Amino acid sequence: MATIDSHSSESETHDEHGHDHDHPAWLAHHFDTPEQQFDSGKLGIWLFLTTEILFFSGMFCAYAMFRMLRPEVFEGCSQFLNTKLGAINTGVLLFSSLTMAWAVRCAQTEEYKKLVVMIASTLSCAMVFLGVKSIEYSHKWGMGLLPPGSYFYDEANPHPTAQQIVDQHGFSESTAYFLTHSLYYLCAPFALLLIGVFAWLVWAKVTDNKFQYACAKPLLVVCLSFFGGVGLGMVLESGGGEHTVAHVDGDHGAADAGHGHADHEHAEDAHAAETHAAAPALDVESDDVAMELLAESDLNTGAKAMLEAKQAQTAMASGQVVPPGVEADMGIATVEKDVQTKRQAGVFFGIYYCMTGVHAIHILAGIGVLVWLLIRAIRHDFNRQYFGPVDYVGLYWHLVDLIWIYLFPLLYLIR
Amino acid sequence: MAAHGHSDDGTDFAHPMPLPVLFGVFFALVILTIITVAQASLDLGSFDIAVVMGIATVKACLVAGIFMHLIYDKPFNIIVFLSSFVFVGLFVIFTLSDSKMTSPSFEPKIDEPAASAEM
Repeated sequence: MATIDSHSSESETHDEHGHDHDHPAWLAHHFDTPEQQFDSGKLGIWLFLTTEILFFSGMFCAYAMFRMLRPEVFEGCSQFLNTKLGAINTGVLLFSSLTMAWAVRCAQTEEYKKLVVMIASTLSCAMVFLGVKSIEYSHKWGMGLLPPGSYFYDEANPHPTAQQIVDQHGFSESTAYFLTHSLYYLCAPFALLLIGVFAWLVWAKVTDNKFQYACAKPLLVVCLSFFGGVGLGMVLESGGGEHTVAHVDGDHGAADAGHGHADHEHAEDAHAAETHAAAPALDVESDDVAMELLAESDLNTGAKAMLEAKQAQTAMASGQVVPPGVEADMGIATVEKDVQTKRQAGVFFGIYYCMTGVHAIHILAGIGVLVWLLIRAIRHDFNRQYFGPVDYVGLYWHLVDLIWIYLFPLLYLIR
Repeated sequence: MAAHGHSDDGTDFAHPMPLPVLFGVFFALVILTIITVAQASLDLGSFDIAVVMGIATVKACLVAGIFMHLIYDKPFNIIVFLSSFVFVGLFVIFTLSDSKMTSPSFEPKIDEPAASAEM
């Protein structure tokens, strides 16, 4: 103990510590040695990580339960998650873990410049992760891949306009606008942050505040990397070959679908006592080839259902008269029963948003503590006897990475 | 710089990880990620989930052991951390077996028609 005390006071000569007692500023009164302080903190953070694991285990348990009960739903819905984006995000998080572990090393070896660079790179990776994530989220929200209750994905029209969301799915106009423009909403807080940090940087430069300037500079890079992540996500999302083909198919079907819907509506309204004239029947025939082609795919339940509905209508239209009060099967009633996934797919996406969302909240919290670390690192707060905060934040960050290591294959890689 | 603080005089408790080890672990993790993504296109049948979870666990062990410094940590910290997984195991196993036994009795296999289920 004596050796440690002498050691620490010698390394502390530059510190302006006004008290009359002989411990360095970074060693709390109630600890005898720096090592004791470090070990107590470390036990504390391990206990915290234990509670974190138990907390996440609830969600993993829900996942396991639903996957056990409905494996086919998980297989089907996992196709909507872009493996490329997930893999890139895994790589980004792994790299941030490397820089974090390196930062801990730098704190221990008192390489101050490198420590700042490492913490800033960890922060930038966190922001890239969130940028890619917001592309994923906004893409899914626009397609209606949402938790049960709000889930409205339609195979025939995967990218509905705001007006269609209001008309066909019963959402309010503001909700529909949010769903179709969610990327802007997700980017807005980060854009504000970017502007704020830039203003701070300019102000620090003007007032010649060297310390604040040194803090704002890396933070500006960190804020910019969020938009780097958004750009990366956009490039990868649009480059997904299989995915786009599916969309083209869907868009192709969309025009037909709208047309078909109108037909159904019309048919239901008029089913009271109307003989369908030759006009709709002719229309049906010309569309049938395309519809049959679309319906060949097992996935395209929408097209299949529409084909059935149209065939039913053609049968109806062939000179049959339906008296009022008679239940006529126009085909539409069987449509939803065939799809059968609205609620179940919703459960998958409920679990998906819950798990990745809580994980993203942890990333945000990590960004918060890392910014605190960055500022303290610029202030040269850490030395080889006092690197605890860097180590603790590092442990937390690695845990967040650890959870993603399990989330990625469990959500994205189901066949 | 590297020798600095690495138990040079026995009084320092810091244990800086050598850089080659950190890089080695990072590349191992990246390679394992590539393997996980690649195996997703192979059909391994029911072993699929076991393989995926196995690879994820190897990655988790690398992160926990080296990045989180667990293999050089105090045994008590290791026990605290690993004990959480014992309780996670109990929690998941009991909940799963419970839901497996009781779910069919109140969980319809097929959705109700849209008219009653939606909106």
